[in-house]
Amino acid sequence: MEIKVLGPGCAKCKATVDLITRVAGEAGKEVTVDKIEDMRQIVGFGVMSTPGVVIGGKVVHVGTVPTHDQVLGWLG
Amino acid sequence: MSADITTTQPAQRSDWLWYLGVPGVGVVLYLLYGQLIPISEWVTALFPVERNSHTGEAIAFFIYDVPKVLLLLTGIVFVTGVLRSWFSPERTRAILAGRNQIWGYPLAALLGVLTPFCSCSSVPLFIGFVSAGIPLGVTFSFLIAGPMVGPVGLGLLYGLVGWEIATIYLVFGFTIATVAGAVLGRMKLERYLQDWVQELNAGPVGDLPEEQLTLVDRLKMGLEQVREIVGKVWIWVLVGIGIGAAIHGYVPEAVMLRIMGGEAWWSVPAAVVVGVPMYTNAAGVIPIVEALLGKGAALGTTLAFMMSVIALSLPEMIILKQVLTLRLIAIFVAVVSSGILATGFLFNALL
Repeated sequence: MEIKVLGPGCAKCKATVDLITRVAGEAGKEVTVDKIEDMRQIVGFGVMSTPGVVIGGKVVHVGTVPTHDQVLGWLG
Repeated sequence: MSADITTTQPAQRSDWLWYLGVPGVGVVLYLLYGQLIPISEWVTALFPVERNSHTGEAIAFFIYDVPKVLLLLTGIVFVTGVLRSWFSPERTRAILAGRNQIWGYPLAALLGVLTPFCSCSSVPLFIGFVSAGIPLGVTFSFLIAGPMVGPVGLGLLYGLVGWEIATIYLVFGFTIATVAGAVLGRMKLERYLQDWVQELNAGPVGDLPEEQLTLVDRLKMGLEQVREIVGKVWIWVLVGIGIGAAIHGYVPEAVMLRIMGGEAWWSVPAAVVVGVPMYTNAAGVIPIVEALLGKGAALGTTLAFMMSVIALSLPEMIILKQVLTLRLIAIFVAVVSSGILATGFLFNALL
């Protein structure tokens, strides 16, 4: 599963990457987490507040560090 | 700010905990706020120094002001946090996109205060607004008002300096954001955006489904804001009040009157020139402002200093450099500074 985290490198964006990696590890899921810092790509997804989370080309979350349960939900 | 809270299982019992707990904690904090003077006097008496000595006064000042400001901040940030749960950037954009120009500016300034965004999001937000067809000037009104009239600054002004000056600051901060946006809008500056921004097509921008938040979700968001904002600025409050206490004690009034007394015409521009590059925030600067006013600094000069520190900051300019050319940034700073200068001169002339 490919997950992209959109964010210009603020603390919340880093926390989001760490959380997804950790939850995936706990759940035993194979994921690759890409951190997108390039502003052109970020705005290309139509995201207005970071961090944003993109799964399968679709924006599933914006604005905050997601909760543990939300990440589990995305991982299926 | 969205999708922060999962609302899959409505837990009735914990809902009631929130409905009773939030007002309960509010009442306790309010009562505590009312008792701060006796409490701080009692704590000060524990120190082995003479109460009426210089050090004793400074300690009493610090021990009274720090909890007072932190309590006020907690209350104000919580209320704003709950209010802000109604204004996601996506909704704000939808409101602004359908407005005509004249009302667009004050509305954008108002929404700038109510929409939660941090400086690291200002670029995607800027692009999101401009590409949805919101005029550049209206977008600037939004971006100026956000930091200038934030809840932290207003809370500190109210608590430390008094409601009169907090109101003046609110009204003039809001006016500057509105007028500066309108002026920038008139100047037709679109060609000074960075090339890649001009090339963006104004296609439909991704929409997240607006989710239904319960009252408890909103209260949780308010609490989250308290954790985030008060958790970040408390250290600035301590440093600011410390510096303020030092000014109270050690800066001679004569020096202050000569520099910031409002007699010299150059004191207002000097305050702006010093204030713009200064890297601090509302929490750090307002305790200093309080001490300056106490030492006889003129209100106009002090307002100009405070506004330029809070509203215009170098780190924000560097972030905006990604979307604005240097020329546009210079025009932006010049227009906002003019508004701040006018406010400073006005109050020095009036009082």
